[in-house]
Amino acid sequence: MTLMTMIAKMSEGMGHTFEIFFLTLIFSQPLGMLVALMRMSKNRIVSGITRSVISVLRGTPLMLQLLAVTYGPYYLFGIGVARNKLIPVVIAFSINYAAYFAEIYRGGIESMPVGQYEAAEVLGYTKTQTFMRIILPQVVKRVLPSVTNEIVTLVKDTSMAYTVSYLEMFTIGKQIANSQTSFLPFVVAGVFYFVFNAVVDFVMGRIEKRLNYYR
Amino acid sequence: MKKLLEINHCRKQFGGMEVLTDLSLSVEESRVLSIIGPSGSGKTTLLRCATLLETMDGGDLIYDGVYAARDVDGKAVYASPPELGQIRNMFGLVFQNFNLFPHYSVLKNIMEAPMLVQKRNRDEVEAEARDLLEQMGLADRADAYPYQLSGGQQQRVSIARALAMKPKILLFDEPTSALDPELTGEILRVIRRLAEKKMTMVIVTHEMAFARDVSDWVVFMNGGVIVEQGDPREVIDHPTQERTIQFLRRMQEQ
Repeated sequence: MTLMTMIAKMSEGMGHTFEIFFLTLIFSQPLGMLVALMRMSKNRIVSGITRSVISVLRGTPLMLQLLAVTYGPYYLFGIGVARNKLIPVVIAFSINYAAYFAEIYRGGIESMPVGQYEAAEVLGYTKTQTFMRIILPQVVKRVLPSVTNEIVTLVKDTSMAYTVSYLEMFTIGKQIANSQTSFLPFVVAGVFYFVFNAVVDFVMGRIEKRLNYYR
Repeated sequence: MKKLLEINHCRKQFGGMEVLTDLSLSVEESRVLSIIGPSGSGKTTLLRCATLLETMDGGDLIYDGVYAARDVDGKAVYASPPELGQIRNMFGLVFQNFNLFPHYSVLKNIMEAPMLVQKRNRDEVEAEARDLLEQMGLADRADAYPYQLSGGQQQRVSIARALAMKPKILLFDEPTSALDPELTGEILRVIRRLAEKKMTMVIVTHEMAFARDVSDWVVFMNGGVIVEQGDPREVIDHPTQERTIQFLRRMQEQ
């Protein structure tokens, strides 16, 4: 098999890689914010449960979580494994990444000076207005470098979908590598992730620059 | 004279420590009240209770006849959230550290609350905001961001932000304490001009000369109680209480 055919075959899986990446990003960000707010809840039960869940999600391998979400329903309830594995894969990724994003957001929110809340309160802003207009925009700027870090990791973590045989780029590459006894597919995969992340870096850098209009 | 702010028998504890003990004071319309005293005397806590940033344990808090809190059997019972919202509309607060919103331009810092909270028309609010900036000598800084301004300029913006809400009474928490000495003058001038325009104000300050000049009434606090109060010239130039004499002597030595 020539290099070009390998690349062509692997490209078919790239669409799925992008799907995992973008869907996880879209779902895990708001979910992470929700989890962060629950983690900071004044209700001890809510914050305690959230804390434990975060600790499990961060303390066990993503690979295990992928297996659990994909095959767990079958072993536990006898429900058939989803035909389109994109669904369990994205669910597992989103939940796992939400746990990490939640802790990043929490750090950002807790780093905000109390004076910002008090100024808004005295001016009569509601709690929601204060959060959405005063706190959140400043938190986004503060946490952006850490969020970029997570996104870069996510790009590479998409390869883990091979554990549940979801046909994204890396899974296909691994199949070719096995059948052709060649190392080349891994090189192709490496280059792909590197370029993908170069784009991520560029985009995030632009966003950071745009938020640099204030300090 | 109509009383715009009235605090009766205010009590406040922090972790078992009594910070304010049975403290009462009132401010009449168009009057300026200065609160002086050593740090830890409770004057900032008093201001925070008055601006609803802190809740009193006991006592009444009344703005222009409207009860924000009412003493019931020694316990302060606060009005409902919507009522407190109305009361917040009556006063403005200028913080020691300005607390401007760093991600907003100067103009937006001033304009957002009147539009968002008071639901006023943008054009009208903008005209007023620009007028306030003009009065503060900052007409050309409308599009600047807080970090681009000096401390004195930031504090003037924060005064403009408070005034844009058209408060009946304006409270200041050590408005010059975070500023370099050479910048305090510009803030004091602004406050003095507001006093000339008959703005009702409560000022917690360490500027004795200023307190004497600008205020109609001075309260000296120590240990959570009012030790001495009266005409500023009397209290500051001829104090009668030992604690006041000591404090003023120490202020002079600095």
